[in-house]
Amino acid sequence: MKSFTQIADNVGALLLAIVWIAPLIFAFWAAFHTTSDAVNFNVLSPWTLDNFRVAWEGAPWLRYFMNTFMLVTVILIGQFVITTLAGFAFAQVQFPGKDFVFILVLLQLFILPEVLIVENYAVVSAIGLFDTILGVGVPYMASAFGIFLMRQSFKSVPIELHEAARIEGCSWFGILLKVYVPLAKPTYIAYALVSVSTHWNNFLWPLIVTNSEQTRPLTVGLSIFGAPENGVDISIISAATMMSIAPLLIAFLIFQRQFVQAFLRAGIK
Amino acid sequence: MVKKMNKHQSDERRRQSLYGWMLLTPAAILLSLFAFYPSIATFWSSLFSRGTRRRPAEFVGLENYTDLFNDPTFWLVVKNNLMYAGITIPVSIFFALSMALWANSKISARGFVRTAYFTPTVLPMIAAANLWLFFYTPDLGVLDQIGSLFGLSSVNWLGNPDTALWAIIIVTIWKEAGFFMIFYLAALQTIPTDYKEAADIEGASRFTYLRRIVLPLLMPTTLFIVVNAMINSVKLIDHLFILTKGGPSDASKLILYYIWEMAFAFFDAPHAAALTVLVLVVLGIAAAIQFLYLDKRTHYQ
Repeated sequence: MKSFTQIADNVGALLLAIVWIAPLIFAFWAAFHTTSDAVNFNVLSPWTLDNFRVAWEGAPWLRYFMNTFMLVTVILIGQFVITTLAGFAFAQVQFPGKDFVFILVLLQLFILPEVLIVENYAVVSAIGLFDTILGVGVPYMASAFGIFLMRQSFKSVPIELHEAARIEGCSWFGILLKVYVPLAKPTYIAYALVSVSTHWNNFLWPLIVTNSEQTRPLTVGLSIFGAPENGVDISIISAATMMSIAPLLIAFLIFQRQFVQAFLRAGIK
Repeated sequence: MVKKMNKHQSDERRRQSLYGWMLLTPAAILLSLFAFYPSIATFWSSLFSRGTRRRPAEFVGLENYTDLFNDPTFWLVVKNNLMYAGITIPVSIFFALSMALWANSKISARGFVRTAYFTPTVLPMIAAANLWLFFYTPDLGVLDQIGSLFGLSSVNWLGNPDTALWAIIIVTIWKEAGFFMIFYLAALQTIPTDYKEAADIEGASRFTYLRRIVLPLLMPTTLFIVVNAMINSVKLIDHLFILTKGGPSDASKLILYYIWEMAFAFFDAPHAAALTVLVLVVLGIAAAIQFLYLDKRTHYQ
């Protein structure tokens, strides 16, 4: 027999869950209905794909998808290369000034790229990367957070493996690639999930540095599409929103456990 | 022999430091370009007037800062952001903790419950704002529909200075509570079940157990979340672009949005720079809190 508090827990937890997911479910439902049906809660009204058709024709979504995909890929590759090299230096190489430089890197955790938009815009323009996908991605590549994560991961590699590889005649770079990188695979996966979902969703910086269809990511495209000046129907905005969140949302629902683990691994320092 | 050994060692040391710096070069260049140089440049340009074609920028000292302090909009935006932080931080933490306690207890449909709590976290803020438009639009919006059932008149949630910031706050809480839940959930799973059993034997009520045992054990997690939530209260402003654009009459404008607006809508980079410097100082204080806390944590271990 269940006690009263257990029943109360069940009801409370479920109620909060329903409230929390309701906006998403409602928008999903509305995306498949006409605006008048949606706002009047006509639960039995027919489902339609019209909103998706209109939304799809209203903006170059395929291009935006490609741009976002390119953007998260470019950032991820850049981050992997740069944070691997720097993380390895901090974890396994002895050199003077290391601690001081490491503190400088940690300082960047609090100098948010978001806050430095004005000067970062000037830098990106000065090096000729304005309105390029590389320009959107480059400020995030030397991520202090990533360097820290890689350093922690490389530090836990047993020194015996390092020595064994050295005796086998491996070069420094070879040791890094053949010993450290494979052992840090879970960290790479976690970091990749966090990085991809962060940059898939990023908005302010891409808004500032992109100025054309060829570079604009989904979030910026979506905000322009839904701008009140365009007078787009709210059901159509819903359809466009559903389209743009679908890939990440589906990936999340399939790999939920890994996602949660990734955020945890990345968050707990 | 010893001499040779020393020479070998110092060669090895020299080689290591060469490798070290080589490995760091790409990161050092990018960090300098996109963190350190911009921080210094921001401070520097906050000391100059806005240059025009006719009149080049000139050194004005702290004038941009005094301008800000004399600007009523600045104080309104600061007040808005303090309220934004002051409400989103504790409320998100409250929800996050409740969610974690529930998601960690033996309830039915736990998988669904966890997913429901966490899903808003993976959505872009822009998409979240679009979803919430449905709730806030006057007459059509879901909130108004529910209100009309109870005979309440239509409220323009986003168009009314009294409610606009609240509408923004609710979206932020909805978005970040599930994220913070994850950290509480992880911390809860490290609490040994013996404690609960001991508390039960002692006849302690659930509330006492929570207040005396669980909450103190969660304290480090809470501090970590507070620092992150503080950073978020500066950073999470994307939904302003969709929902209110800072209006009506600046009632929902937040600092980062104001920086963007000054720099990219009014082309007033010097004042935007001065405001950025102030934000960096506040973030620096957040950093200091976290470092102090990290110090303490190593003490106790």
